[in-house]
Order: sequence, then C-alpha cells, then structure tokens
Amino acid sequence: MIVDAFYAAPAVLILALAVYTTVVRGTFAASVGFLAYGLLLTITWVQLHAVDVALTEAAIGAGLTSLLLVRASHRLRESEAAIRAETPGLPLKLAAGLVAGIVGGGIALAVLTLPEPAPTLAPQVAANLAATGVGNPITAVLMAFRAMDTMLEAIVVLLALVGVWSLAPDRAWGGRQGPRYNADPDGILAFIARVLPPIGIVVGIYIFWIGADHPGGKFQGATVVAAMWLLAMLAGLTDAPPIRRRWVRALLVAGPLAFVAVGIVGVYAAGTFLGYPPDAAKALILVIEFALMPSLAFTLGLVMAGAPERPEEAA
Amino acid sequence: MSFALDLLTYVAVAAGAFFYLAGTIGLLRFPDTLTRLHALTKADNLGLGLIVLGLLPHAGGVADALKLVAIWLLVMLSSADAGQLIARAARRAMRRGEPPAP
Repeated sequence: MIVDAFYAAPAVLILALAVYTTVVRGTFAASVGFLAYGLLLTITWVQLHAVDVALTEAAIGAGLTSLLLVRASHRLRESEAAIRAETPGLPLKLAAGLVAGIVGGGIALAVLTLPEPAPTLAPQVAANLAATGVGNPITAVLMAFRAMDTMLEAIVVLLALVGVWSLAPDRAWGGRQGPRYNADPDGILAFIARVLPPIGIVVGIYIFWIGADHPGGKFQGATVVAAMWLLAMLAGLTDAPPIRRRWVRALLVAGPLAFVAVGIVGVYAAGTFLGYPPDAAKALILVIEFALMPSLAFTLGLVMAGAPERPEEAA
Repeated sequence: MSFALDLLTYVAVAAGAFFYLAGTIGLLRFPDTLTRLHALTKADNLGLGLIVLGLLPHAGGVADALKLVAIWLLVMLSSADAGQLIARAARRAMRRGEPPAP
C-alpha cells in the first residue's frame, strides 16, 4: 500500500503538472511548471531503475530545456499581453485538441497493447556486452550497437546551435551571443560563479568518465560543464566568444567529425560504417567519447547563451 | 549498536521530513517573498541535513557517506545563494515601487 503510493504519487503529480503547464496563462509560469515536471519525471525514472535516463532527463530535459524556455519567456515578456489578446478561435482550439488527443491516444494505445512480455533486445545486449569492452549496457547500446543514433544526436545538437545563431540580426552576425552580463563583481552571483565551477567541472568529468561502467555519460557530463560555463558568463566573469572565430567553429565540429571519421575507419577495418574491429572496440569508443565531450559541452553552453546580439567590437 | 543506529535514522529522517513539511506550509502561507524564502531555505538546510544524517549509518561505506555529506553541502551552498539572489531581486522590485508578488 505504502509502496504503491510511493510510485503513484509522482505519477499523479506529473499528470497534474502536465495539465498545469498546458493551461496556465503566462509563459514564465508554464516554463517553471515544465521544470518541476522534468524533475518529477527524473524521480520516476530512478524509481524504474533507469538511472541513465534519469540523469539525461535531469540534465537535458529539466535543466537545459527549461532554461531555454525561461529565457524565451523573458524575451517574449514585452509582447506577451498582445499575444494573449490574440487567442485563437474555438474551431482552431478544438482542432489542436483533436490532433493532440489522437497523438496522445495513439501512443497510449501502443504502450497498453504491447505483448506480454514486451519485446526486448536486452538479452542480446547482455550476450554481446563483452565484445564492446564497456561495462554499462546503456553505453554499449549508445556507442556500439546503436552508435549511428548517437552520432546523429551529436549532429542534431550542432544543428540546434545553427538554429540559435540564425536568430542573429545582421549587425550582430559573427559577434557574441547573449547580452554582456554586468553582475556585481563582489556580489553573491560572482561568488558562487567562482566557488561552484571547480566542483561542477570535476562532477561533470566524473559523470562522463564513470559512464563506461556505471550510469553516466558524455551528454549528462557535458551539460554540467556547460552549466558551469554559463554560470561564469551570467556572473560577468567571462564572455561568450565571437562566433566568427575559426577556433570556435573548429571546436564545435571536432567531436561530430571524429565520430564520422571513426565510422569511416569502420568501413575499412570492420566492413561496415561505424563497425568496430573486436579488439579495438573499447579504444575506438574512447576516441569518440573524448573527442565528443568538449565539443558537446561547448555546443550546449553556446545553445544556452542565446542568440548573437552584439557585434564583436562592443565586447 | 545497530538498534541505536536504526533509532537515529528513524528520528533524524522523521525530523527532516517535519522541517520540509514546515517549510512547505511556510511557502504556501507566508505573506511575501522574503518570509517565504525564509521558510524555504530553513527547510532545505535543516531538513536535508537531518535526512542525510539519518541515512549516514546505512551508507555503503565511507565514500558513499562522504558523497551524501557533499550533496548536503552543495545544496546548502546553492540554496543560500539562490535565496540571496531572489531576495535582492525582490528588494529591487520593492524599491521601484512595484507591488509585492502575491
């Protein structure tokens, strides 16, 4: 009974927060609702013993995405009243509700009608885990059995940054992202931005490194490192680099390029794109991970920094 | 010895949960931003500290126990700083003569 409540309470709260986030007026309140929703989802993933997913949800879903939403709602604040005045008519609302209902209902139907036991590839992963040289089956799936998906994910993050950059007005193209923050240099924000990054960078690299054998990995670790960089930017201790710089772009593409390069090596060494020769699997996975981690941290930090809005000279 | 440690866990975790409850009631019932912050930060620091204290006897080893203490210290650091930042923003809003947040 108590155990049931332990599992049911977060589920009920998640549904309530999902409704709140959808119906609440005001984009800021909706963003905060989404943040709490993500944190509760994290708890549910932990309850399901899916710690890798929980880490990703906490870092990317609740953390990074909510921050993007809060920033977006801040930018929309001036025009929010005008947007709210233009509420869509009833037919449009009904049509939107119908589409959302069909999609949600379809997903629910698919999950509820899964055969029992649900189809799974877990035994195959467990049987072939030793061939990859890593101990965490999630990492083995992400970096070996479904490495193509992970490669495309890394490229998608890069495309997201291209999307952020494309919001730049012409005069700021090639300049620096986000406003120049002028926090009190002796204030509390500058204090925490000095104290926390050394700890956060160690934690981020630890999450990255432990991912080979335990829950963790480069995406979660890179998000933590990126958050530390953003904290230093918000406190005015450092500034986003001008995006026209050659080294900025080189660092951004280095990780995905290394991934593609290892994939092409696989064509010759193992007969298929992203194939690993059995005795070199762990080494090649490490090459990708080490190349991808700095690029990902840099990309995620710049995604969160906001659209370019200052020409470089006005630094 | 083991009974004494279990008793410590029960008492400390229950006391920690009590502080969280008190902090939540304060957050919902107090009239303005500053008093609500007061309620919330006390719950974070003391409530989490007591829960960590209660869990320490059941940690898997010295390393795990140190991780629990590190989590408590990091949460204290971040909640104290976040509390300061929110309080400053609230004070600036008051000086500008904006109505206090409901």
